[in-house]
Amino acid sequence: MVVTKNTVALIGTDAVAEAMRQINPDVVAAYPITPQTAIVETFSQMAADGIVKTNFVAVESEHSAMSAAIGAAAAGGRVMTCTSSQGLGFMWELLYIASGLRLPIVMPNVNRALSAPINIHCDHSDSMGARDSGWIQLFSENAQEAYDNTLQATRIAEHPDILLPVMVQLDGFIISHAVDRLELIHDDIAREFVGELHPAYSLLNSSKPASVGNFDSLYGYFFEFKQQQEEGMRNALQVIQEVGKEFGKATGRSYGLFEPVGMDDAEIAIIALGSACGTVRSEIECMREAGIPIGMIKLRSFRPFPAAELVRVLEGVKVVAVMDRSDSFAGGMGGPVFMELRSALYDMPNKPQVINYIYGLGGRDLSIELTQKVINDLEEIAGGKEVQQKVNYLGLREGEE
Amino acid sequence: MTWDIHDIQKWSWRKHPLGGVIEDPGNSSKFKTGGWRTFRPVRNALNCNQCLICYIYCPDSSIIVEDGNVTGINYDFCKGCGICATECPRDAIEMKDEGEETDKQNK
Ligand code: SF4
Ligand code: SF4
Repeated sequence: MVVTKNTVALIGTDAVAEAMRQINPDVVAAYPITPQTAIVETFSQMAADGIVKTNFVAVESEHSAMSAAIGAAAAGGRVMTCTSSQGLGFMWELLYIASGLRLPIVMPNVNRALSAPINIHCDHSDSMGARDSGWIQLFSENAQEAYDNTLQATRIAEHPDILLPVMVQLDGFIISHAVDRLELIHDDIAREFVGELHPAYSLLNSSKPASVGNFDSLYGYFFEFKQQQEEGMRNALQVIQEVGKEFGKATGRSYGLFEPVGMDDAEIAIIALGSACGTVRSEIECMREAGIPIGMIKLRSFRPFPAAELVRVLEGVKVVAVMDRSDSFAGGMGGPVFMELRSALYDMPNKPQVINYIYGLGGRDLSIELTQKVINDLEEIAGGKEVQQKVNYLGLREGEE
Repeated sequence: MTWDIHDIQKWSWRKHPLGGVIEDPGNSSKFKTGGWRTFRPVRNALNCNQCLICYIYCPDSSIIVEDGNVTGINYDFCKGCGICATECPRDAIEMKDEGEETDKQNK
């Protein structure tokens, strides 16, 4: 079949809404919050126009959005919602219920800082806080990936070996509100790829009734159910790769747990999430042209965390910089990606040095100059200079006192 | 009912239905909740005029009615909330200390 390319210019939120149109979920329950609002606006218009068959529930809060999504998913529907920042915070207790009930809800989350001070711009502190909520988390570098990840998230979430909710992360404003060039998939191909949902049970199926959300604590099997969730996460390591390959066959764009760039012969490396990878990538290309053995790992799957796979790709690397767009306020332990990568590398015999750069909090730009500073530091350390500071705050104003 | 859970304590974590979903309805009758009680409703049949108000109000369906008449209280499920005693217009139900009642029973 000859398929003509469908190249468009869209802002990230519209790219996500387009994926949602193609997924055509049974129910979307959502509440607007900057910078996610445009997704809800565009999608609710599609629902109002009858372009999708979705039952759009305009709820009164994010707490209700996730509650409605949980109910609809337990009823056997394909369900989506989307949120950002404080909205994700307001969903908190429900996040654990969605994953604990094994409901394959898909939720684009437009990464934004958490107050206070009030700040509507990008950082990853919202979703990093939801790190342990049992949701799969996929990060996107640009609008194309936000679109592609949303389509794949449905397949991953609904896979019978997983049945876990998935968050698709896209950086607030940088991806959500910037016009980007991307290829859309034809509706037929997208629908075939996403397929149909076959729920294991449905609250609406009176011939096979089920009871969901039962009280456990007297007999006490809570621990066993948590182990099942952990197994689902482990299975996801495999399934995310399978779905990413299949997506590649259908579209020409393959995905894995992370994207290694120039890692085959890299001696120094940068690992990052989200839109920062675009900046880092362009710098790395320049550096490689200048003969510097540098590589990048774009971490796509933060949950599950591909520890063994990262160890393999970091074999032979002397020093790696971890870029964290959030802090864990642990009093010197660095950001979440840094902590997890260091933990993953602990058993590695010839492990690289790992240093941390916390950057971009509250939307501060990761400039070319700052990226170059990281690369300079890495080169010096690889050349034998002692690490001065393991955890660095990149772009922090340190002027007059 | 088809779901055999008699040896559930021995199950591996793999055997439980995902997410704690119960696909076999009606088995809550196997889960006796009467042990939660700290006060026990005791009905004096002599004061009762069979108005059935206690039966309507009981949130645990624990007032036993046979042929239109209250005949007793199901202590396997009664949680001792005391609603029946409060609502009874004839003061026919008294809430008694569960521990003392159990001791009396065990003597
Ligand atoms: S004490 Fe409460 S639960 Fe027990 S019989 Fe009376 S109303 Fe029902
Ligand atoms: S409410 Fe009192 S009087 Fe009426 S049926 Fe119950 S015990 Fe008897």
